[in-house]
Amino acid sequence: MNQIPLSHILFVSTALFFIGMYGLFTRRNMITMLMAVELILNSVNINFIAFNKYLYPEKLEGVFFSLFIIAIAAAEAAVAIAIIINLYRNLHSIDVEAADEMKF
Amino acid sequence: MTLSLLVILPLLTTIAVLLCRGQYTVRLLSFAGVVMQLILSFVLLALYWKERAAGNTAPMLFVYRHTWFTALNIDYHVGVDGISVAMILLTAFVMVGAVLVSWKITPMGKEFFVLLLILSAGAFGFFISLDLFTLFFFLEVSVIPKFLLIGIWGSGRKEYSAMKLALMLMAGSALVFLGLVILYYAAGGHHFDMMAFAQSHPAAAVQRLVFPLLFTGFGIFTALFPFHTWVPDGHSSAPTAASMFLAGISMKLGGYGCLRTVLMLAPLAAEEYSPYIITLAAIAIVYGAFATMMQRDLKYINAYSSISHCGFILLGIGMGTRTAITGAVMQMVSHGLMTALFFATIGMIYDRTHTRMVEKLGGLLKMMPFIATTFVIAGLCSLGLPGLSGFVAEITVFMGSWQHPGGAYHFATILACASIVITAVYILRATGQVIMGPVKDPHYNGLADATWNERLAGILLVAGIFAIGVAPFWLNDLINK
Amino acid sequence: MPVAPYLLIVLVPLLPLVGFVVLGLFGRRYLRAFSGLFATGLVFLSTVIALSVAYDYYFISGAGPDSVYHSAKVLNIHWLSFGPDFSIDMDLLVDPISVMMAVIVSLISLMVHIFSLGYMKGEERYATYYAYLSLFTFSMLGLVLSANLLETYIFWELVGCSSYLLIGFYYDRPAAVAAAKKAFIVTRFADLGFLIGILVLSFQAQTLDLRNLIQILGPGGQSLADALLVPGNKGSFLGISALSWGLTLVFIGGAGKSALFPLHIWLPDAMEGPTPVSALIHAATMVVAGVYLVARLYPLYTATPNVAEIILWVGAISAFVPAVIACTQTDIKRILAYSTLSQIGYMMFALGASGFTASLFHLFTHAFFKALLFLCAGVIIHRVHSNEMKDMGGLRRLLPVTHVCFLIACLAIAGIPPFSGFFSKEEILAVAWENNPFIYAIGLVTSGLTAYYMFRLYFSVFWRKTPAHEGLHHGEAPASMKIPLIILAIGAAFAGFIPFSRFITPDGRPGEAPAFGLNVIPPVFIALLGIGIAAWLYGKESNRPEKAAKALRGLYTFAYHKFYIDEIWLFITKKIIFNLIGRPAAWIDRNIVDGFMNGLASATAGVSAATKGVQSGKVQDYAWFFFMGIAGLAILFIYLYT
Repeated sequence: MNQIPLSHILFVSTALFFIGMYGLFTRRNMITMLMAVELILNSVNINFIAFNKYLYPEKLEGVFFSLFIIAIAAAEAAVAIAIIINLYRNLHSIDVEAADEMKF
Repeated sequence: MTLSLLVILPLLTTIAVLLCRGQYTVRLLSFAGVVMQLILSFVLLALYWKERAAGNTAPMLFVYRHTWFTALNIDYHVGVDGISVAMILLTAFVMVGAVLVSWKITPMGKEFFVLLLILSAGAFGFFISLDLFTLFFFLEVSVIPKFLLIGIWGSGRKEYSAMKLALMLMAGSALVFLGLVILYYAAGGHHFDMMAFAQSHPAAAVQRLVFPLLFTGFGIFTALFPFHTWVPDGHSSAPTAASMFLAGISMKLGGYGCLRTVLMLAPLAAEEYSPYIITLAAIAIVYGAFATMMQRDLKYINAYSSISHCGFILLGIGMGTRTAITGAVMQMVSHGLMTALFFATIGMIYDRTHTRMVEKLGGLLKMMPFIATTFVIAGLCSLGLPGLSGFVAEITVFMGSWQHPGGAYHFATILACASIVITAVYILRATGQVIMGPVKDPHYNGLADATWNERLAGILLVAGIFAIGVAPFWLNDLINK
Repeated sequence: MPVAPYLLIVLVPLLPLVGFVVLGLFGRRYLRAFSGLFATGLVFLSTVIALSVAYDYYFISGAGPDSVYHSAKVLNIHWLSFGPDFSIDMDLLVDPISVMMAVIVSLISLMVHIFSLGYMKGEERYATYYAYLSLFTFSMLGLVLSANLLETYIFWELVGCSSYLLIGFYYDRPAAVAAAKKAFIVTRFADLGFLIGILVLSFQAQTLDLRNLIQILGPGGQSLADALLVPGNKGSFLGISALSWGLTLVFIGGAGKSALFPLHIWLPDAMEGPTPVSALIHAATMVVAGVYLVARLYPLYTATPNVAEIILWVGAISAFVPAVIACTQTDIKRILAYSTLSQIGYMMFALGASGFTASLFHLFTHAFFKALLFLCAGVIIHRVHSNEMKDMGGLRRLLPVTHVCFLIACLAIAGIPPFSGFFSKEEILAVAWENNPFIYAIGLVTSGLTAYYMFRLYFSVFWRKTPAHEGLHHGEAPASMKIPLIILAIGAAFAGFIPFSRFITPDGRPGEAPAFGLNVIPPVFIALLGIGIAAWLYGKESNRPEKAAKALRGLYTFAYHKFYIDEIWLFITKKIIFNLIGRPAAWIDRNIVDGFMNGLASATAGVSAATKGVQSGKVQDYAWFFFMGIAGLAILFIYLYT
C-alpha cells in the first residue's frame, strides 16, 4: 500500500501549530490559552515522529523527543494551572488581560 | 608606614559608629576617628619628609602592592608622592571640620556620620591609589554616599539636586571608566598600573583617544565648563558638612585625576589638547566669576565662585609647566580649605538666621563676631589676599601660566588674572551686605556666636589657610620634591 | 659693607605686626583699655628704631668711601619658588629711599596713633581700631622696605585690605561700607595691571628682585634690556615693546593706589573712615605708594621714554582736575582729599619729568603738612560734629592751637616761603620747566588753585562768621590730640630746609641743592593771588561766593559734580558689567548650559517614555513579539544560508 506522503503529515502539523498559535493570541481565557499551547506542542510532536519515521526509520530519537515533550507538557500544564489558580485567587478572574501588574 | 591605614581607619570608625548607640557616642567616635586621621596624615607628612630628606628619590614612596584579582591583572597598589600627601592632608583637615560642624545633625545622626566617613575613606583611597582600577573603585565610593547625604539631609530642591549631582558625576565616572578600559586593552600589557603607564607612555594614538575621555570624566568632577552645572545645585542643597566635603575634597578628586592623566597617562595628548583645556578653563574662570556676581544666595555665591576657582586648577594643569602644575595643586589645597571654611560659616549663619539670602542678612559682625570674622577671612582668601592661601596658589598658577611660551596663552592668563577683580567685587558685595551694614532684622540681635565645636572647626581651617599663606614654601617644596 | 647694623630694621615692620596679632586675638576681651597705649608704644619703638637706622645709614655707614649710598639686603627667607632658579625671598631692602619712607611712615603712623588716643576714646571697637591701625602700619612699612616686586605686591594688597577695614570701620553705616568696597575694588582693578606687569617683567627677567631687575632690564645693563625695548621684538605686543608694556602696567597699579586720574574716584569717598585714618592712609602713606613704586623702578622708567611720557601727562592731569574740583566742594575732608589727589599728581608728573629728587622731596614734605591738615580737620570735626564747611566759621578763638597749625599747613601746601611746601614745589616746577613748558603752566595754575581752595577752607573754617561763644570753656582738645599737631606743624614749617638732594638721588650719589633764583617769583605770586581771592570771597560773611559761583555757573556745576567721572564709572560698572555681562552670564548658565544638561535628562526620560509602552504587561503581546522575532530570525538564517 502506498504510504501517505510526508508533506501531508507536515501539512497537518503546520495546521495544528497555527490553530494553536491563533488560539494563543486571540483567547483571553488562560485555560484556553493553555490548551492552545498544548496544540502547538502536539504539532511539534507530530513533526518529530513524522521526520523520524520518514527520514531515519532505523533510529528512535524523534520518538524519544516527543516523549520528552509530552512529559514536559504535563509538567508545564501543572505549573501553569498552579499559576492560574493563584492568579484567580488574587484577581478573581482568569482573563489574561487582568494580570497586567508587570508592566512599566 | 602602611598607607592602607588611611583607608582602614575611617572604615573601622564607620563600623564602630554603626555598632554603637546614642547620638553622643556617635559624635565622639566620629570625632575621634577624624582626629586620628588628621594625626595619621601629619605622621605621613613627617615620614614623607624624612624619607625625602634621607635622599629617597623614588617617584612614589611607601609603596605597597598586593594582587587583588589575578585574572584581570588588577592589583591593590598604593603609594604617595608629594601631591598625594598634600591632598591627604587637605582631606583630613576638611573632614575634621565637617564632623565638627555637623555636631547636632538631625535626624539619623548615626547614618549621617557613617556616610561621611565612607566618603572620606573613598577620598583617602583615591589619593593613594596607584592602580587605575582601585583608583576608579575609590572614586565611586566617594560619589554614591553623596546622593544619600543630599537627598536625606539636604535643603531646598534636594531630590532634584541629589539626582543631578549623582547622574552627572556618574556620567563622569563612566567616561573615566571607558578611558581606563581602553588604556587596559589598547596600551598593551593588559594592566591598570599607573606607574607602568607613567614609565612607558601609551602610544600617541591611544593617548589621543583616551585623553578626552579621562580628562572630561575627571573634569566633570572639578567643574569643567560646560559640565559644571551640578556644582551650584548640588552644593546649595547639600547639608553643611556635605557641601564642605563636596567642594573641599570631591572637586579635588577630579583635579587630581586630571593631573595624573596629564602627567602620567597621556602627556603627549595633553600637550596637543592643551589649547582646548586652557580655553575651557579660562571661560570657566571668567564666566563663573561673572555668574557669581549675580547670585543672591550665599551658597550659590560660593558654589559659583568654586567653578571660577577650580578653573585655576584646570588652567594650571592645561598650561603644563612645572610651576603651573605646582600652582594647580596648591590651588586644590587652598581652595579646599577655603571653600570648606566658607561653607562652614554659611552653615553657621543659616543655622541661626534661617536664611542664606544676601539681602535679608546684615550686620552680623555685631552679634556674631567670630563667625563674621571667619567669613571675612574666607572671603579675603577667596579674593586672593596675600598672607592667605588663595594668593599663593593663584600667583603660582599665574607665574607658571605665563612661563608657557605660547603668546596666545598669555591672553588666557590675563583673563584669569582679570577674575581677581571680579572676585573682589562679589566677595566684597556679599561681605558688605551680610557682615557689615545695619542689622536688617531685629530678631538677629539676640543671636549667639559660634559654639565651641564651630569655633574649633573655624580655627582649624583658618590655621590651615594661614599655614599656607604665610609660609608657602613647605607646600611648594612638598609638591615639587 | 656690614649688613648687621641694619638687621634692626626688621623690627620696624615687625613690631606693629605683633601689635596687630595681639590686639586682634586678645584685644577685644582682655586688653580693651590698654590697647591704644600698647599699639602706640609698639609704633613708638619702631619709629625710634627707624630713626636710629636712618641716622646710622645716612650719616655713618650708608655711604661708601666714594660717598655713594649703597643698598643692602636684610634677612633672606626663602618664601616661594617659581621654577628651579626663580625663587621669591622675603627680605628687606635698605637704601636711601626705603629708609626715608620707613621714617616717614612710622613717624606719621605714630602721630596718628597718639592722636587717636584722644580722638577714638570711648569708641566701642577701640581695640579693633588699633589692631587695624597696626596692621596698616605693618603693611605699609613692609611695602616700603620690600626688596622684590612680588613682596611689594603682597604688602601692596595688604595695605589695600587694611585700608578697606579702616575705611569701613564704622561698619554699620552703609556709606562707610560702600566707600570701603569702592576703595578696595578700584585699587584692585588697578592692581590687576600691577600683577600682569609683574608677570611680564618677571617672565623677561626671570627675577623679581628689585636690584637685579633694574640691573637686568635697566639702561645699559645687558643686551636683554636693549632687545626688550625694541617694538616688534621678543615679547612685544601691538607694536609696543615688552618692557614698555610691563612698566605701563605696573604704573597702572601705582595709579590706582595713588588715586591718579581717572582712578581717583575712591579717595574722596574713603573719607567715610575715622579722620585719623584719613590722615594716615590718605595723606602720607598708602596714596603715595604709587609714587614710591614708580620711584623704585625709576631707572627702568627713564629707560622707556614713552612710559615716562604717560606718567608725565597722567600726573599733570591728576594735579589739575582735582584742584578744580576742590574749589567747589563743601565737605572739609573731601576738600583735603581732592587736594591730596592734586599733590600726588604733582609728585607723579615730577617723576615723569625725571625729577626724582624733587618728587620724593615733595612726598616727604607733603606727608607732614597733609597729615597735619587731616588731623586738624579731625579736631575741628570732633568739636563741631559736622564735616560741612557751612557749619563752621570763626573757630580761631575756640581752637587756637589748631588754628595756627592749620595755617602753617595751608601756607606750606600753598608754597609760600619759607614753609616746607615751597621748597619741594619749587623743585618740581623747575624740573617741569626744563622738561615741558606746557606742563609747567599746568603746574603753575594748579599751584594757584591750591592756594585758593586751601585758603577758602581756612577762611571758611576759622574766620567768616563771628565766633560762637558757647563751648569756649570746653577747652580745645586733649593733649594727646594737640601734641601730634604741634610736632607735625614743626615738620611742615621746617622740613623744607633739609638738604634733601644730599641724601636721595636716583643713583645714590649726593646731588647739589637746587639754587632758587628769579624763577620763584611766578609760583609765589600766583599763590598769593589765590590766597587774596580766597580772602576776598570768604574772609567775611557775604554773598560774594554765590555771585562768583553764579558767574561761572556751567563750570561750577560741572566741577561740583566732580566732572561726572563717578557717574561714568558707575555707568560702566552697573550698566555694562552688571547688566550686560553679569546678568547674561548668570542667565545663560541657568538656562542654556544647565538647560542643556536638564535637556539631556529630559531627553532620556522622553525616550524611555516613548519605548516603555512595549512593556504592556500583556502576555499575548509578549508572545506575539517572541513569535515574530523567531520568525524573523528564521527567515534571516534561511536567507543567509541560501
